[in-house]
Amino acid sequence: MDRSSHPRSRRFAPVVAVAAAAALTLAGCSSSSGGKKSEEGAADASAGKATTPRMTVALVTHQAPGDTFWDTVRKGAEAAAAKDNIKLIYSADPNAGNQANLIQNAIDQKVDGIAVTLAKPDALKGVIGKAEKSGIPVVGLNSGLSDWKNLNLLEFFGQDESVAGEAFGKKLNEVGAKKVLCVMQEQGNVGLTQRCDGVAKTFDGKVDPQNVNGTDMPSVKSTITAKLKQDPSIDYVVTLGAPFALTAVQSVGDAGSKAKVATFDLNKDLIKSIKAGDIQFAVDQQPYLQGYLAVDGLWLYKNNGNYSGGGEQPVLTGPAFVDKSNVDKIGEFAAKGTR
Amino acid sequence: MSMTQQAAPAVDTPPAPGPKQSDGRTRQRPLALRLLARPEVGVFLGAVAVLVFFLFAAPPVRDGSSMANILYQSSTIGIMALPVALLMIGGEFDLSAGVAVITSALTASMLSYQLTMNVWVGVIVALLVSLAIGAFNGWLLVKTGLPSFLVTLGTFLILQGVNLAITKLVTGNVATDDISDMDGFGQAQKLFASTFTVGGVNVKITVVWWLAFAALATWVLLRTKYGNWIFAVGGNKDSARAVGVPVTFTKISLFMLVGFGAWFVGMHQLFSFNTVQSGEGVGQELIYIAAAVIGGCLLTGGYGSAIGPVFGAFMFGMVQQGIVYAGWNPDWFKAFLGVMLLGAVLINLWVQRTATRR
Repeated sequence: MDRSSHPRSRRFAPVVAVAAAAALTLAGCSSSSGGKKSEEGAADASAGKATTPRMTVALVTHQAPGDTFWDTVRKGAEAAAAKDNIKLIYSADPNAGNQANLIQNAIDQKVDGIAVTLAKPDALKGVIGKAEKSGIPVVGLNSGLSDWKNLNLLEFFGQDESVAGEAFGKKLNEVGAKKVLCVMQEQGNVGLTQRCDGVAKTFDGKVDPQNVNGTDMPSVKSTITAKLKQDPSIDYVVTLGAPFALTAVQSVGDAGSKAKVATFDLNKDLIKSIKAGDIQFAVDQQPYLQGYLAVDGLWLYKNNGNYSGGGEQPVLTGPAFVDKSNVDKIGEFAAKGTR
Repeated sequence: MSMTQQAAPAVDTPPAPGPKQSDGRTRQRPLALRLLARPEVGVFLGAVAVLVFFLFAAPPVRDGSSMANILYQSSTIGIMALPVALLMIGGEFDLSAGVAVITSALTASMLSYQLTMNVWVGVIVALLVSLAIGAFNGWLLVKTGLPSFLVTLGTFLILQGVNLAITKLVTGNVATDDISDMDGFGQAQKLFASTFTVGGVNVKITVVWWLAFAALATWVLLRTKYGNWIFAVGGNKDSARAVGVPVTFTKISLFMLVGFGAWFVGMHQLFSFNTVQSGEGVGQELIYIAAAVIGGCLLTGGYGSAIGPVFGAFMFGMVQQGIVYAGWNPDWFKAFLGVMLLGAVLINLWVQRTATRR
């Protein structure tokens, strides 16, 4: 990992490591397939640059560290910031109290606008009120569809998790699923629970929820395998995040099950699996769009007084389905890590 | 021995006639009790109890392939629980063990991918990095005399941040790129993440490694000088040093052993899932420590075994998957896990107390 974080401690290890790497490169240990060399350089989406005065926007989310989904949200926000001549301050904390402090921090910095996710709206109520009192416009994104209006936010960009779940359930009916396992990677997460509940609402068959330990992939794999063994009648595994779908495919193989896999959310490895037919479809809430629109929305408000959704209706970014029929087109963008 | 044994000869009345000839001080305690006093026997009985329970409560567990799945889950915990247990016997513990696994996997993956090299290059560099992290922990601990809680809490936080920041910096994403099409991947996968068939049941190779490492650790602990050193530094560092035990070497090497374990499990994760998310691993350190403690290692050091944590990890895997095999309401999942584990630890404790009381 970061060898510079412990340089004086081990005089030899880093030297040996670098020397070994160098020696191995010279000795012809390079890979003839895959790797960085095969990756094609691809520029991010760009639509010129605004000439409006420089403004500062804070994006404060409830991201857990190292989650691919939130990385895409942030990329969308950064793209909008680059285009709109905005300085973007990104911060995140899954703990609601800490997230409130980060919003306070943004208020103290006197930013020109704040975009927040409302995973735990009650905890953020006070601090969002303060922002509004000091004249800072606040927009919502991702989570908080049922609360953004109560908190007097300007506008909201996201996916209704229940609506997405319901669309998912209908799709499962179309593909003829009978019994579905809904895999939740984080016990007690409101949005994830809404997804599974939404699926159960429209799906004609039975939905079995299953909690797994999302921070430990081998454990996720074993647990899904165990569940498929326990109930052989499960014919569809539904995961609520892209990395877990890829693991679920392995579990299905391990359990010798005939179940198919479908998922919420996308990433670039998932695209390959959809192409290969390992994963049937994914419902995409377009996280890039959420980040982009939230920042762009603040810019539009400041420079032209616009409200997306008229301040009455949320702007929905999902659910969009990705399956074999449209995966090639979306795959191009996913390869850049922006879908 | 216990108080009662020392108090017995003080009584004035002559020894009671009958089979009891000696005063009891030199008498061999019954074999069963001597066995029960071993650190691993309590957890063994606990593991058997949990196994029997789930064999009744969850019919799918009786199937061979389910057992293979439970053993797989146990092995990924158990391979790390072994060095963690040795370290604990040596009187220290390591909070950075969970994220260190991910650090190792990220290093191997990113190095091979970014430089487009054979994945073995990444694997070897990752080993060096993991050993270096262990050495850093041990060195800082020995040099400063700070408690391992503080030192490894620091490393835990550093690694967590570094995992995320470096991955983002290098790959532009928070997950690594897929390396499954690169040279050497197939070989490495065979070593770290393959599957073989025994009597129609698919068994993961990690199970074999786990048991092999456990056998090796048991031999080292019970039959080698180094094993004695581990017990000595964990029991009393100063008196160990006074009788010539290289305390510094022992402590640093134990931390490096944890680094080795983290590397091994990290490689397993990399080669079985092809990509690694940089935020994973947080919280796993407590599961490793729990498996070692359930396995009869004392948090205060100087006491424990290598075979105990094997049963500890098995118990963890058994309970975690058994709940699923039983088809219980998943909302209660973690509560079940906690209750079962506490129960197992209490059985363990009771067995040991009963046994040592004679």
